[in-house]
Amino acid sequence: MSIFIDKNTTLIVQGITGRDGSFHAKQMMEYGTRVVGGVTPGKGGQKFEDSVPIFDTMHAAVAATGANTSVIYVPPPFAADAIMEAAAAGIKLIVCITEGVPVLDMTRVYPFVKEHGARLLGPNCPGLITPGESKVGIIPGRICTPGNVGIVSRSGTLTYEIVHQLTRAGIGQSSCVGIGGDPINGTNFIDCLAAFEADPNTRAIAMMGEIGGTDEQEAAQFIKDNMKKPVVGFIAGQTAPPGRRMGHAGAIISGSSGTAAEKIDAFKAAGMGVAQRPVDFVELISARLK
Amino acid sequence: MDLHEYQAKELMRTAGVPIPPGRIARTAEEAEAIATEYGVPVMVKAQVHAGGRGKAGGVKYCKTAADAREKAQAILGMDIKGLTVEKVLVTEAADIASEAYVGIIVDRATKKAVFMVSAAGGIDIEEVAASTPEKILYLPVDPRYGLQSFEALRMGFFLYSDAKLARAAGKIMQQLYTAFVNAGCSLAEINPLVVTPNNELIAVDGKMVIDDNELDRRPDIAALRDESSEESSEVDARNANLTFIKLDGDVGCIVNGAGLAMATMDLVKHYGGDPANFLDIGGSSNPEKVVNALRIITSDPNVKCILFNIFGGITRTDDVANGIVTATKQNPLKVPIVIRLTGTNEEIAMKILQDNGFSASSDMDEAVQRAVALAKGGAA
Repeated sequence: MSIFIDKNTTLIVQGITGRDGSFHAKQMMEYGTRVVGGVTPGKGGQKFEDSVPIFDTMHAAVAATGANTSVIYVPPPFAADAIMEAAAAGIKLIVCITEGVPVLDMTRVYPFVKEHGARLLGPNCPGLITPGESKVGIIPGRICTPGNVGIVSRSGTLTYEIVHQLTRAGIGQSSCVGIGGDPINGTNFIDCLAAFEADPNTRAIAMMGEIGGTDEQEAAQFIKDNMKKPVVGFIAGQTAPPGRRMGHAGAIISGSSGTAAEKIDAFKAAGMGVAQRPVDFVELISARLK
Repeated sequence: MDLHEYQAKELMRTAGVPIPPGRIARTAEEAEAIATEYGVPVMVKAQVHAGGRGKAGGVKYCKTAADAREKAQAILGMDIKGLTVEKVLVTEAADIASEAYVGIIVDRATKKAVFMVSAAGGIDIEEVAASTPEKILYLPVDPRYGLQSFEALRMGFFLYSDAKLARAAGKIMQQLYTAFVNAGCSLAEINPLVVTPNNELIAVDGKMVIDDNELDRRPDIAALRDESSEESSEVDARNANLTFIKLDGDVGCIVNGAGLAMATMDLVKHYGGDPANFLDIGGSSNPEKVVNALRIITSDPNVKCILFNIFGGITRTDDVANGIVTATKQNPLKVPIVIRLTGTNEEIAMKILQDNGFSASSDMDEAVQRAVALAKGGAA
């Protein structure tokens, strides 16, 4: 068991002929992900790597393949449209890797995706992986190993770091999910925590946050109120200089400056384990799996 | 990207928001000429990307044109939070009967642009929000329909009981929302929105922050960037598509991904060192980015050791290795370098580095400890 993707995931790669899209499409296929099609407008009818059919539109791709998931590697100006195209075509899980999507685009995309009953992961995220079954995105498959720890993170490379350290210590993962660091993203910490709580194969969760905003504090409250499984948290940016303030409005709306100290206090108040360094996850998670 | 007050006001004025006349002066004589043209009194206001300009003495009321020259003379060249004032806005001074606050921000929680308005405007608005939250009205805008007239009017009546003022304020809400969307803002503020003794509304101060991701498709807005008001190494980094923040330490950090970059800085501190910077080479890197990153880091004389921490996902570690080799061939390093690199194409990267006489490790804690020791002049 796992969350969001497994061996039955069938994937369309949006932007499959681009530099990043083609590279990572190959990596996903080598990992064993069922890549059933790709989309690049104008290249419909061709084949990727002599095996994967390319379509001009998501509509055609979904009609021909019945895929349930898509991953997006298109440049930022086209990303919002690509997400909506996938949702309109009936895709149920849309993973947007693209970095640099304007946030006002996302204010329109978010309700559109919801109304179509789809889940969006990202944008500006590394995607997700269920070790040994399927990977959608860019998380290096070789650092993961199957197991019982759920991983959820706002960061990309920091997630790899911690997964890598867990794997080296012999601690496997049920699923690893990178939710992305943009102000408006499709899936948040709480969505993932709830899914891990319901997943019979997940026994403990490692959660990596960053300074800024209040998502981690809200997640801590959710953990306190709704979760039986143990969660260990980490906040990156404990020594970062205070960022530039967003006028008065930023402070008014959050009522918080989003410092590492505030977030760590919220973790402690929720009874979570707190990792000071990435490597501390190994010991803290091990203790909770016993 | 932050805009100066005069730039934000110009964008608001274009959308119809009533803004008192004002113009930029770069010398005291220009300030005097503008004051003479407009008629006194005027305000002389420092144009720098820093809050608290008034408290720093950068905003002055001037009764005569000669006074405007004197005050401008004092403000130009002034240092406000490390930034030198190079221009002032000279603007008609308004008589103020009351001050309101109007702000729009993209809100993470509602995932919408949200208006915040309060009749208790001015510099203490955050205090108002904290102690008397009922004095602030929050109104999220559905981006698919935009701000509706009834919503704008509701905010108008929240601010003013007088129907004429409420309608005028509602109109300003719609104009501000138009300016916010057209410029690709993540924040727009009017603080204060002033009622004059003649019962007219004017926006006395304006602020806008532009979403950096909008700049590619809005060249007119991107052209408003004032590089003279930013740290030069940060400008250099941005032009090379790198995210860079200069700090005071001596361990130069080159990392991919903001989260890992912050965690690397945290770990440098943890092991008793001090990071010289935050530098994120981002995803999808090419060797050129690494060359630029090394150039920027090595131009800081405080840097005593360079630490690479690369975990390859979309970043291919062989690109980074090629960048290190190219950059150090062009400009041989004068300080030690510690390379930690693992992930996508790691085997190729390790071979490239070894063939060119570099050693690299795959353990983050070990690399950071080594870099901290080298920066302190110790053995590796």
